Amino acid sequence: MNELVLAKGAFAALALVTVLGAAATVFAKNPIRGAMGLLLCIAGIAGLFLGLHAQFLAAIQLIVYAGAVVILFVFVIMLLGPDATSPKDAKAAFSRVGAAVLFASGVAWAGLRLAASSDFHPEVRGFDAARAEMGSLGAVGREIYTRGLVPFELVSVLFIVAVVGAVAVARGKQRAAGSEDAP
Amino acid sequence: MIPVESYLAVSAVVFTLGCVGFFLRRNLLVQLMSLELMLNAVNVTLVAFNRVHADDHTGQMFAFFVIAVAAAEAAVGLAIVISLYRLRKSVRSDDADLLHH
Repeated sequence: MNELVLAKGAFAALALVTVLGAAATVFAKNPIRGAMGLLLCIAGIAGLFLGLHAQFLAAIQLIVYAGAVVILFVFVIMLLGPDATSPKDAKAAFSRVGAAVLFASGVAWAGLRLAASSDFHPEVRGFDAARAEMGSLGAVGREIYTRGLVPFELVSVLFIVAVVGAVAVARGKQRAAGSEDAP
Repeated sequence: MIPVESYLAVSAVVFTLGCVGFFLRRNLLVQLMSLELMLNAVNVTLVAFNRVHADDHTGQMFAFFVIAVAAAEAAVGLAIVISLYRLRKSVRSDDADLLHH
């Protein structure tokens, strides 16, 4: 009984942190606050992964998303300086009330569809017991290197392309200016 | 203990927030962050369903590749943002109208 309360409490806290972080990302005028909201959302999702027997993925989430992607965003925001926050951003393309109505209707539609489906049992029908190594590094790694070997190699090619492309796009005209300096 | 619908509800809320942020905000950085929110929400759905069908790790493997591709896409997207800023001195997506006649 105590374990149930603990599990439900942990899930509720993590879900709240995730949703609040997402809302902060979307509605904050200062993009640094948005980046911190994204960090909170990612940390909350890593916690949710832990509850879903996905320990390896939770670690990867923290290392890659929280530790690299969010840092990259913060770098770029700091590079841009005060120009990262445009003053004209206060007025949106459509009204905030319209956005709130859109969001609420979307969530309400999803909830009604879920409640009308035949598989909806909101009482305590948890997951079946999983085997001990589910979500562990060895088990997921074994699957990635056997069933997912071709996508794995293609992702490494994608990374090379992305790194070369990012450098090429971000360098811009600096090369031309450098060649003018050379005698 | 926690039904799968709860995880799906969290994923739906985060995804909808990401969509609303992508459509509503004009700041390119916030739009890229909303993209990351949507990808994270999809990851939660994948891992939750993998927990339901716990025979193999297909969902977690898929989420792993989604994380990898999202990281690469964030890097290239931010390079484009820097390039646009160098060109137009602005990060608003409204100012990326060079192809507009």
